[in-house]
Amino acid sequence: MKIHIPTPLRTYTGGLETVSVSGATVHGALVQLTTTYPELKANLFNADGKLRSFVNVYLNEDDIRYLPEKEAAPTQDSDELTIIPSIAGGCCCL
Amino acid sequence: MLRLDYDLYQALRAHGEETYPNECCGVLLGKHQPGIGNHVQQIVRAGNTRTDSAHNRYHIAPVELIRIQRQARSQSLDIVGFYHSHPDHPAQWSQTDFAEAHWLGCSYVITSVEHGKAVLTNSFQLLGTSEEDKRFHDESIEINLAATTAQTQEGKA
Repeated sequence: MKIHIPTPLRTYTGGLETVSVSGATVHGALVQLTTTYPELKANLFNADGKLRSFVNVYLNEDDIRYLPEKEAAPTQDSDELTIIPSIAGGCCCL
Repeated sequence: MLRLDYDLYQALRAHGEETYPNECCGVLLGKHQPGIGNHVQQIVRAGNTRTDSAHNRYHIAPVELIRIQRQARSQSLDIVGFYHSHPDHPAQWSQTDFAEAHWLGCSYVITSVEHGKAVLTNSFQLLGTSEEDKRFHDESIEINLAATTAQTQEGKA
């Protein structure tokens, strides 16, 4: 399956925008991704091994946080994962 | 350095005037030029999902970002930055802007809009290798006055 890498993380994939991995689940695919490109790991996961709060992962059109199986969601070769950091801000503190 | 054509510069400033007194937001598509900076070739307006506090907060829905990223890919462009406005506040990044900035290497453009009129536009590049060492760096904006790209697109609100 394909994983789409956002601009800031391509530094760690040799500039690749799309990486092909195999994996039976979303978690398996992300593990393979970070095994192949180990520098990605600290940018995607916190010290507890959980996805960082600002890292959104979509399985095709679905945010994995809202899938019943979440990271354990099964995947097929034809699926696409997209990693997309959040973008937000504002002019002053509360 | 951030490089863009004059019409794109004007378009992102006009967006801030249109949404005043709320913040506008959008995405900068283009190419990173090593040793030079980010070259913007297209801007895409995005909807601000922070309807609860749109006068001082913005947030772009991830699903809209994905759509814009696909659009960029289809045109052999990359997301090289973002823009938003500060209604009646300076064109300087806030602690909220910094805390919510995660696109390392990208440019964050901020336009101050005072009483509905765009005043100052600044750009800050997010440097560093991780969340732990990220920092904003003031970057100059080079505006190409001669060229017009007509590449502004309306995003889904």
